[in-house]
Amino acid sequence: MKSLVIACFFALFSLQAMAASGGVHLDQVEIDITDQASLQRGAKTFVNYCLSCHEASFMRYNRMAKDLGLTDDQVKENLMFASDKIGDTMTVAMRPEDAEKWFGVTPPDLSVIARARGTDWLYTYLRTFYLDESRPMGTNNVAFKDVGMPHVLWEQQGYLAKNDNGELVQATEGQMSQHQYNVMIHDLVNFLAYISEPSKLERMALAKWVLLYLFIFFLVAYPLKKAFWKDVH
Amino acid sequence: MSSFMNWLDARFPASKMWKEHLSEYYAPKNFNFWYFFGSLALLVLVLQIVTGIFLTMNYKPDADLAFASVEYIMRDVQWGWLIRYMHSTGASAFFVVVYLHMFRGLIYGSYKQPRELVWIFGMLIYLTLMAEAFMGYLLPWGQMSYWGAQVIISLFGAIPVVGEQLALWIRGDFVVADATLNRFFAFHVIALPLVLLGLVVAHIIALHEVGSNNPDGVEIKKNKDANGKPVDGIPFHPYYTVKDIVGVVVFLFIFALVLFYAPEGGGWFLEKDNFVPADPLKTPEHIVPLWYFTPFYAILRAVPDKLMGVLAMGGAIVFLFLLPWLDRSPVRSIRYRGPYFKIALVLFIISFLALGYLGTQPATAIYTMAARVFSVIYFAFFIFMPIYTKLDKDKPVPERVTNQ
Amino acid sequence: MSQSIDTGKRRFLTAAASVVGGAGAAAVAVPFVSSMLPSAKAEAAGAPVEVDISKLESGQLLTVEWRGKPVWIFRRSPEALANLETLDDSLRDPNSQVASQQPEYCQNDTRSIRDELMVLVGICTHLGCSPTYRPDLAPADLGADWKGGFFCPCHGSRFDLAGRVFQGVPAPINLQVPPYHFQGDNLVVVGEDAQGAA
Repeated sequence: MKSLVIACFFALFSLQAMAASGGVHLDQVEIDITDQASLQRGAKTFVNYCLSCHEASFMRYNRMAKDLGLTDDQVKENLMFASDKIGDTMTVAMRPEDAEKWFGVTPPDLSVIARARGTDWLYTYLRTFYLDESRPMGTNNVAFKDVGMPHVLWEQQGYLAKNDNGELVQATEGQMSQHQYNVMIHDLVNFLAYISEPSKLERMALAKWVLLYLFIFFLVAYPLKKAFWKDVH
Repeated sequence: MSSFMNWLDARFPASKMWKEHLSEYYAPKNFNFWYFFGSLALLVLVLQIVTGIFLTMNYKPDADLAFASVEYIMRDVQWGWLIRYMHSTGASAFFVVVYLHMFRGLIYGSYKQPRELVWIFGMLIYLTLMAEAFMGYLLPWGQMSYWGAQVIISLFGAIPVVGEQLALWIRGDFVVADATLNRFFAFHVIALPLVLLGLVVAHIIALHEVGSNNPDGVEIKKNKDANGKPVDGIPFHPYYTVKDIVGVVVFLFIFALVLFYAPEGGGWFLEKDNFVPADPLKTPEHIVPLWYFTPFYAILRAVPDKLMGVLAMGGAIVFLFLLPWLDRSPVRSIRYRGPYFKIALVLFIISFLALGYLGTQPATAIYTMAARVFSVIYFAFFIFMPIYTKLDKDKPVPERVTNQ
Repeated sequence: MSQSIDTGKRRFLTAAASVVGGAGAAAVAVPFVSSMLPSAKAEAAGAPVEVDISKLESGQLLTVEWRGKPVWIFRRSPEALANLETLDDSLRDPNSQVASQQPEYCQNDTRSIRDELMVLVGICTHLGCSPTYRPDLAPADLGADWKGGFFCPCHGSRFDLAGRVFQGVPAPINLQVPPYHFQGDNLVVVGEDAQGAA
């Protein structure tokens, strides 16, 4: 009987192992949305390179200012182009019909992309574009096969290509070293993680207080229970 | 104050109800850990209703606006993120609590005579809760919301003759669309909560009519003292009110841990794909139902025929209704049951958990075979129950409750 | 252990638990009640409105929307300004004593920061219709004594060119002056007091 139960559990685990698919190996990235310096750098990259095609239409500039440790004026001068008001959200001028024509698909809104795809995936994606003549834009991507997006950051990273073994090697040098580029992408992904859930800052700050309160409540509620239950035998 | 109570009691049975259901409702004194989950279920119901009301203030039940309105709640509405997470964590918490509550019923025979109706009302609550959760999940209008609904509603199409018309009638359109979203909103926000409240009231009234069971399965009303009170009973208030408060605090602690540190539940409470707005033209790679539906989803997929799969899935729930009549043992509590029932129950729990896991995975050949094996075990628990419970070598049941 | 100590302990612990629980209940109520306050979106939409008045001629009125309400910005002529003093006896509140109807820096004879430039919320204080601008002198329908102002067509309320309400009309108080300030010569910012000095 006991062995039957144990056999069942082993069967389950080995089934899991057998059925586990290969998938793309994802590089890990460390996210820290309290690192305001990193977020500021990431915001700059985002506004300068991504915002021309992708919206972040749920993210408000004035909230970003507050959470990144910037004044409204600093944000207006450095991070806002299309929109006028600090209370606006990060939208773009590109029309969906044009985008469809140029890229084959509307570039998705990136407000919650970090929650939809995961930060490791984004970190891998932004660093694994490689030259591929068969694609209309001339590049393909390891994490996202046959993606419609071009390699926007080619100036910084240069171009990678697949060698005969299918590994990625540097084909053309970029302005940044590999390490510098990785840091830039880390900051960008950190920023994307932030905009996907700005309230996480509040959530993490409040957590310990709620748990502390409940612990204190327990310290009163349990003795109360015992005081009444003393006469139950 | 007492003159006010006199005035009130002459017009409304306030004091009478207080005594009948709280201060003079005698419950067995040996309630253990498994007896917290009823009051916790009530707590989560209230939580869901209150957070639901406040979410409804800002949510927009329109296919073009729904997804954005949820992000609006998460970002622009003051404290909206907290209310949203309470509701999403609460939904999963509800099922954890309800499953543990039902498990208590299984191990202590709380479904047996004279409590069959308590069990039936409970099963109806379970069914209503599943419908409520299913409809609620469409509302964020993410990819998983949309395609999960599409798949499940199309199951109705499997019913012969009327199937397609029925699916069309449920959807209000040819595919899941704005019309579907609007009516699911109406059901989720008002219709099913009203049904749920009514059923919960009936569930508690039916319970109080016959009195609570206990871990020894002993009928405490059989032994009364000189005042007519059960010797093994204690008034619910203050003893169990005070004990349940402790249960509530511990529950809320765990609830807060999840809400504040892992509201996505590792992708099980808030699925990743649901952060992508619904796209009728693009099906996600893996469509997974919410974790609390997965055992039944696994049974559905295990059967190769679409209609038979639907019937099997339905049957899996119908059998639960029949439990009071399938169980032929005179003994209630597992503490005094024979080995056959104990083995059967362990196998049943294992298969339920295994099916739950398999329901989350893609239907590969190996997984499907496993799902078939576990489905057979699941059904065998019920189908052979009249036989093995009759033949079981039960132990003698004590007259009074014990200290175990 | 005597019974009385037990009861005392129970009472104390019950009180303690009630206090802790009550504090928690109050704390939990805060997010729910606060969630009903204007959201960030409403605050952004209700943000101050900047209006360029460089092209605004004497006697001309333009209307902008602020927080969903019509706000009039108009330039009064010297004659109109002179006429304001003569109306005091026929007005309900000539000295703007109802504090809610104007910021304290507009509690003066002209109900404005600059004499000629007037800002008013264009909603009648009777039942909420938007009055019409009647700068013309002594028209047939308003009588020979009409020195310019606003006439509400719904129930006949009348206001002068400083938004002050006349006696004998249904509206009880003066038209509201919103908070506003100037940025340079040609920009009015409606919805916000000047930062710093009045």
